Amino acid sequence: MIRVKNLKKSFKDGEKTTEVLKGMDLVVQNGEFVAIMGRSGAGKSTFLYQISLLDEPTSGEIFIDEKDTHSMSVTEKTYFRLSQLGYIFQDYALLPEMTALENVALPLLMQNMPEKKAYEKAKEHLTKVGLGNRLDNLSSQLSGGEQQRVSIARAIAHDPKILFADEPTANLDNESSQVIMNILKELHAEGQTIIMITHENEFSKFAERIIHLDDGKIVGEERP
Amino acid sequence: MFSSLNIRIGFFLAKRQIRRSNKWTTVLIIFVMFFTFINLVVVSGILVGLLQGAIDAVRSHYTSDVIISTLSNKTYIENSPEIINIVKSLPQVEGMSARYLEGGTLEANYKTRISEKEKANTAAASITGIDPVAENNVTNISKFIVEGEYLTPFDYDQVLLGAYLDKKYLPIESPGFSTLENVAPGVKIRIKVAGVEREVTIKGIIKAKVDEVSMRVFMVDSQLRSIIGRNDYNVDEISIKLKSGVDPAVVRDILKRNGVDRVAKVQTYTDAQPKFIKDMIDTFSLLGNMLSSIGLVVASITIFIVIFINAITRRKFIGILKGIGIDEKAIELSYIFQSFFYALCGSIVGIVILYAFLQPAIAAHPIDFPFSDGILVAPISGTMFRVGLLMVTTIIAGFIPARLIVRKNTLDSILGRN
Repeated sequence: MIRVKNLKKSFKDGEKTTEVLKGMDLVVQNGEFVAIMGRSGAGKSTFLYQISLLDEPTSGEIFIDEKDTHSMSVTEKTYFRLSQLGYIFQDYALLPEMTALENVALPLLMQNMPEKKAYEKAKEHLTKVGLGNRLDNLSSQLSGGEQQRVSIARAIAHDPKILFADEPTANLDNESSQVIMNILKELHAEGQTIIMITHENEFSKFAERIIHLDDGKIVGEERP
Repeated sequence: MFSSLNIRIGFFLAKRQIRRSNKWTTVLIIFVMFFTFINLVVVSGILVGLLQGAIDAVRSHYTSDVIISTLSNKTYIENSPEIINIVKSLPQVEGMSARYLEGGTLEANYKTRISEKEKANTAAASITGIDPVAENNVTNISKFIVEGEYLTPFDYDQVLLGAYLDKKYLPIESPGFSTLENVAPGVKIRIKVAGVEREVTIKGIIKAKVDEVSMRVFMVDSQLRSIIGRNDYNVDEISIKLKSGVDPAVVRDILKRNGVDRVAKVQTYTDAQPKFIKDMIDTFSLLGNMLSSIGLVVASITIFIVIFINAITRRKFIGILKGIGIDEKAIELSYIFQSFFYALCGSIVGIVILYAFLQPAIAAHPIDFPFSDGILVAPISGTMFRVGLLMVTTIIAGFIPARLIVRKNTLDSILGRN
């Protein structure tokens, strides 16, 4: 479970301070699929970066499974991200010098998993997302949709508690987007907690709860 | 800090980055490291080799492995025939040359001088009596004949003139130092030694980068003996050539145990080196190290720039690595491994080229310096020390920029924010 309390984030530019998140409260239960929507500049991505521990909020509290993340050191946060969280980035964020298999195996190796087992598990997850035949391809040899599927395989290979997806279909055509969303749907059906940012109504309907953001605040929520 | 897991992941990342990097860039970096290595080893190696060449030449063409010479308070080596017999009886000895030495003057223009007022063209020289065959077996000086011919045991009133006594070969005007003019093989000169004057014919001019060869006049020993009246066969120098692999110090000690050191100086070729030569070796070595350290700084800067540019262009990916939970230390180690790889490759290429080509080539064709035939001195221990130095410098130069980039905020790196 993730619990956010009075979360604020502001950026300083010289003398000027811009408040992007203005006190947000949210609870996401285990196994939930939550979509976060809002217009550009509403603070969706900033909110995701804070709750996924990629950034440090200005104030407020974030509890993941009742663990206060504010008290964690940088190293603890890094290890927490490695072991408990998964990320799907808008631009796939694959490492260009690695094959699909290596990209997926890397976080597993970092968890001290034996090499053979890590590669077996990576292969298993790539097969799950339909890329069992593209294991040795570099990211430059894959289409956008395939790269995003590698990114999903990497994000779920270590069985994270929460999967964060930052506009996972933004750079994809409709067909590829459908494939990605179906994969997320399947993962959710298997019990995966997912928090996804999207600005496409069509894909927000895959979630079981939609949170609407505007001007750094939650302005509403709905269940499609 | 650098746990085995971080090392494993660092190596994993480095291996893939190197494997998939631009091959030409990699070759260029290795090329820079290779030249740095060569600069580190060769500059000091040549500087030391310049002197080593001179030392080797003195050993090969003058002192040989062991030299017995006159005590400073004596005019010759007493009981020389007995000493020669001891030397000859030693199984380690391959050959020896006994020499008579006497200071004298040479005069070239005595025939063309019209009046007594005209200045005589004279030069002071050490007149050396040798057995031409024995001398050549030990010091091989016949190869230095630049004009005319080498002596034979039957040459009567014929001499070899050291080239530095001939103005043609040493055209310097210095107070207190004079050379002979218009001399060549076949020309008669007058020598004055031990109060005796004799007209001799120049049979050859000898020129080596060893002063004891190029500044002496050589004649057959029996003739010099008769001129100076040395009927006891006591000589002034005995150069001893040892069989291959024999330690000169061993023979020196044997001779000393036989009491030779009571009547003569017994020295190995290293003992006979003047102290200033040893000081010069140390000085040149220091100078070489100073010059090499500039190369080391250049290499460090090169690696710093390469790794910095690499890391800054990959900042987004470094951010992603940190974002998905890869330890900062593992990422830093990946850059250290890359720096190490470049330095190692450059050093390996350097070592192969140095020992397989450069050193043998320079040994076969020494660099023709004015006072020595320079060789390249690169002992393995010294080379390995420099390789280690290059590695350490390169690793530090690789770590610093990697650390600078890796410590930046993860999200800023992912988003490319400053």
